[in-house]
Amino acid sequence: MGRFVSFTLNGKPVRVYVEDNEILLNTLRYKLGIKSAKYGCGIGECGACTVLVDGRAVLSCLTLTTEVEGKEVLTAEGLGTPERLHTIQKAFAEHAAVQCGYCTPGFVMTAAALLKENPNPSEEEVREYIRGNYCRCTGYYNIVKAILAAAKELSGEA
Amino acid sequence: MTFKVSPGPKLDINKANTHILPPFTLIEPGSLKELLEVKAKYGEKAAILAGGTDLLVKMKLRILEPEYVISLKKVRSELSGIRREGDEIVIGAATLLRDIELNDSIMRLAPALFDAVIVMGGVQIRNMGTIGGNLGNASPAADTAPPLLVHSASVKLLSTSGERIVPLEEFFTGPGRTVMRPDEIIYEVRLKALGKGCGSAFMKIARTAFDLAKISAAAMICVEDGVIKEAKVAVGSAAPTPVRARSAEDALVGKAPTPETFLEAGKAARNDISPIDDVRSTAWYRRRVIAPLLHDVLQKALGRIGV
Ligand SMILES: Cc1cc2nc3c(=O)[nH]c(=O)nc-3n(C[C@H](O)[C@H](O)[C@H](O)COP(=O)(O)OP(=O)(O)OC[C@H]3O[C@@H](n4cnc5c(N)ncnc54)[C@H](O)[C@@H]3O)c2cc1C
Ligand code: FES
Ligand code: FES
Repeated sequence: MGRFVSFTLNGKPVRVYVEDNEILLNTLRYKLGIKSAKYGCGIGECGACTVLVDGRAVLSCLTLTTEVEGKEVLTAEGLGTPERLHTIQKAFAEHAAVQCGYCTPGFVMTAAALLKENPNPSEEEVREYIRGNYCRCTGYYNIVKAILAAAKELSGEA
Repeated sequence: MTFKVSPGPKLDINKANTHILPPFTLIEPGSLKELLEVKAKYGEKAAILAGGTDLLVKMKLRILEPEYVISLKKVRSELSGIRREGDEIVIGAATLLRDIELNDSIMRLAPALFDAVIVMGGVQIRNMGTIGGNLGNASPAADTAPPLLVHSASVKLLSTSGERIVPLEEFFTGPGRTVMRPDEIIYEVRLKALGKGCGSAFMKIARTAFDLAKISAAAMICVEDGVIKEAKVAVGSAAPTPVRARSAEDALVGKAPTPETFLEAGKAARNDISPIDDVRSTAWYRRRVIAPLLHDVLQKALGRIGV
């Protein structure tokens, strides 16, 4: 069985036919041209598939696409573009918070949710907030640094 | 020499990942009445989908393959919310863990529950997972259970044949099992707000910040004139279900709230648990660590009295 689902993706309305058992990560990647959200574990453990739904960080690997009917979905593509990077994306690049890059879009989206809720987080608050995102390369140090730098810049302190 | 390049199989979107969902028919009831009707109709063949953080994982791992999945999506607002009713706090079954964390009356009136939700998963899991799902999944490691037990919680179940209120202590019957009938749903959770002179707390021991508990404990104590008047203790991941530790409670009431009393109570709790060796820990470790764990959680609850 399947059905049509309508939602907003990165600011644009989309309407897409999905199977009942289709997960958002697959709809985004295979039907809507989104490549940022990644398939890491598929069972909620790694955060590589993190997207924002109505501003909240959720795991697209554990979300049925039908559940986002009428909602706003934001991925890294909607946060910034290669020509016009979002401050968080730029900070990740500038602070070498990226090695293989597989985990990066997930971290960037989680960081975007954090900085909207808490524009001036402490290092501890950053570490706490990103604990559902795994990185197997960087050791987190530069990721935390990048998020703190982005926070400073966004709140006009840098 | 030419190589023949195989075009490969056509990509089936639902098989694009290794963890794929088995097929099912999705039902999205538009009202509470309709929800109860479809649950009554399909019973055990249907699974309720709240946040999906337990259900979809189990389906991907083929632990569960329900024929029907009933989404709470359209009845969420009816099933969500936190409100005060006299000395009780009422939490709708579909209330997100994150909304419990962000609600400041929970921090004040049920601090043990606050302690539990903030250590559950990462922020994404708390933005998806619900309190009803945590109880419905009935894991011995369900982190909301010990705090709810010490706050004398009960669960309101609904079906087409009416409602019933079950004390949480009688709700779990084994790992993944509850007293819920196949036609019933969890409607709300009711717990007692902290009284005057009382404090509560929860702690868990886990391998990483993100992991399920090796063992967890919650405590609620009330102190009057330097003596413990009332005590409730509950332990998670140390028996087939989350359990009250009555021996620990007996060792507390009537005593002064000192570290010695707390450690004795912790040792007494060994009579209340039946831990096993499993993937997360061993029975030996759980039996040993329960004493200092209870000491710490009682100390934390004590520190909250009057604040
Ligand atoms: C990476 C990860 C980390 C996790 N960490 C923790 C943790 O630290 N501590 C912890 O306790 N849990 C943890 N969990 C488990 C899970 O997130 C929680 O148990 C969560 O509260 C489940 O809620 P849900 O809404 O997602 O439930 P769902 O998966 O939607 O449902 C769970 C079960 O309850 C049933 N159900 C749901 N709502 C109702 C209802 N209203 N009436 C009747 N039945 C219902 C469903 O049919 C299903 O059987 C974790 C899970 C993951 C994937
Ligand atoms: S792919 Fe979603 S959490 Fe790992
Ligand atoms: S940069 Fe490789 S996993 Fe994070």
